[in-house]
Amino acid sequence: MLTYTVKRIGLAIMVLLIVMSAMYAMVFLVPGDPASLALGPRATPELKAELTARMGLDQPLTTQILNFFSNALRGDLGYDVWSKRPVLDQILEVLPNTLFLGILSLGWAIVLGIVLGCLAVVWRGTAIDTLLGVLSVSMIAVPPFVIALYSLLIFAVWLNWLPAIGAGKPGDWSSQLAAALLPAFAIGITWVGYLARLVRASMLEVMGANYIRTARAFGLSEPRIVLRCALRVAIIPTIAILAVGFGSILSSAVFVETVFSRPGVGSLITSAVAKRNYPLVMGTVLFMTTFYLFVVTAADLLMAWLDPRVRDVFRS
Amino acid sequence: MTELLEVTDLRLSYGKLHALRGANLQARAGEVIGIVGESGCGKSTLASALIGLPAEGAALSGSIKIAGQEMVAASAASRRALRGDRVAMIFQDPMTAFNPVLTLGDQLIDFQHRSHLSRKEKRAKARDMLASVGLPDPDLALKRYMHELSGGMRQRASIAAALLVSPDLLIADEPTTALDVTMEAQIIHLFRQLRAHHHGAIVIVTHHLGVVGELCDRVYVMYAGEVVEEGTVDEIYHSPRHPYTAALIACDPMHLEVTDQRLPTIPGRLPDLTNPPRGCAFASRCVKAAAICAEPPPRKRLSPTQAALCHRIAE
Repeated sequence: MLTYTVKRIGLAIMVLLIVMSAMYAMVFLVPGDPASLALGPRATPELKAELTARMGLDQPLTTQILNFFSNALRGDLGYDVWSKRPVLDQILEVLPNTLFLGILSLGWAIVLGIVLGCLAVVWRGTAIDTLLGVLSVSMIAVPPFVIALYSLLIFAVWLNWLPAIGAGKPGDWSSQLAAALLPAFAIGITWVGYLARLVRASMLEVMGANYIRTARAFGLSEPRIVLRCALRVAIIPTIAILAVGFGSILSSAVFVETVFSRPGVGSLITSAVAKRNYPLVMGTVLFMTTFYLFVVTAADLLMAWLDPRVRDVFRS
Repeated sequence: MTELLEVTDLRLSYGKLHALRGANLQARAGEVIGIVGESGCGKSTLASALIGLPAEGAALSGSIKIAGQEMVAASAASRRALRGDRVAMIFQDPMTAFNPVLTLGDQLIDFQHRSHLSRKEKRAKARDMLASVGLPDPDLALKRYMHELSGGMRQRASIAAALLVSPDLLIADEPTTALDVTMEAQIIHLFRQLRAHHHGAIVIVTHHLGVVGELCDRVYVMYAGEVVEEGTVDEIYHSPRHPYTAALIACDPMHLEVTDQRLPTIPGRLPDLTNPPRGCAFASRCVKAAAICAEPPPRKRLSPTQAALCHRIAE
């Protein structure tokens, strides 16, 4: 387990370095001059030179990359071109909103998805199973932005039950929750479908496995078989999908936060791109990449803890 | 002697498919019986029915009595009460018969759930049992996961698991099929030792005639869901009376005189079990078939221990 943990974290760091290099290359090696873009067409050469020097763009490429890496490692993601505020501060300011939305979306999706999946297993082959199947696939098939727009129209505009925009008053939990309900519904519903299908499939596969038959042949009770023998195996693919799911929920946040005009990391990126605010774009993308890598690595370690076969992947 | 296992007219169907069409067999304490037949003849179905775990959706009728207790009509709970206590099974594929995410030790402790020993005592018992089935370094094996053990070690472990609960009836479903020749010989050797110490009955289900000849006292030959012939190993091997048994023995590579001879086969295939013939199921492949074979074959007693299901045998 220790070997696996060390190697898996080493791998995550390597991925992060590659992402950082790729991002740096993409933003700075494309034709064009960030300084003239930032200052606009009427900037004087002196102003451009000054900004170029301030951004460190007059240095050799290797120095630039090293600076970027060492700054990023120290938590310095640079400064906003327009407001001159540190990028990290801006991200941390809106991060709680996005995290709250992400956890709420995935939370209700996990609970409902696993329950529906188990129900489908209990009633497999019956009309309920078919109905749940159709329902799950519909949830997967309808694009989240359609759900977002229609739920906005129905619950916020027509019925006026929930707020249409914003993230609620700071410090007021009930208003924050009310503001997050519709976006969480829109993001989570796809995952309810995915998880219901996945849990059904992996539970059925595991319950049909030979070792479950062995456990039955030794007269172990059915609840004990499910809890001790089956669940531990059946939950593994779900954890893998959930880690990816958290990443995709972070990217869904980009459009959902736009649709619902919520302050958050997603809307931060959107507005930064619109204003060509490169340090903010890079900083936010880097931050989200790191966060995503962290979640995926944590999920991998959890799977390795549950399944000894995963642990031995790095052996031999 | 009392019959430890008594199966009478056991029928099992999956929807329209009649997998068992009236199987009869008995086993006494201390006896090792073999059930042989080609793939699809109903051997494994019979083995699963014996431990009360037929495949989902199977309709079962007839009678299975284990130590006098009826299993077919019994409730699921009382059938479960027999498993892992009076009855235990050694499974065909040791690769998949154990849980991949629990250590061997944990599983061997779980299997002793009926025992009132402490966890530590169960572990010690499991350790001793692993040692007695010839697993090198049993202490280490207890801490191992299944993918860390070899095929032969897993098969030894599954035999140890079944013996841990000291069952009256031990069922082994193709215990050597998944193993290479060397391992097979070792496992057969282990079963021979087992015969000497085990007081209950052992049922070995296999398509491998050599295994049966090595280990069993009596043999039941199955064809298309029926027992077509029964007898002692000597009778079945040296004076098979049913044409199917004779053909099966003739196909055994062990009987070839010269190695470059073509291996004989039985022409034709198993009858369609969704619509089984009224008469003898083997008639369409049988060299001795006659008009009378379209009628249900009678069971002819040929010796105190031998009987066959055939029209064409003179009693």
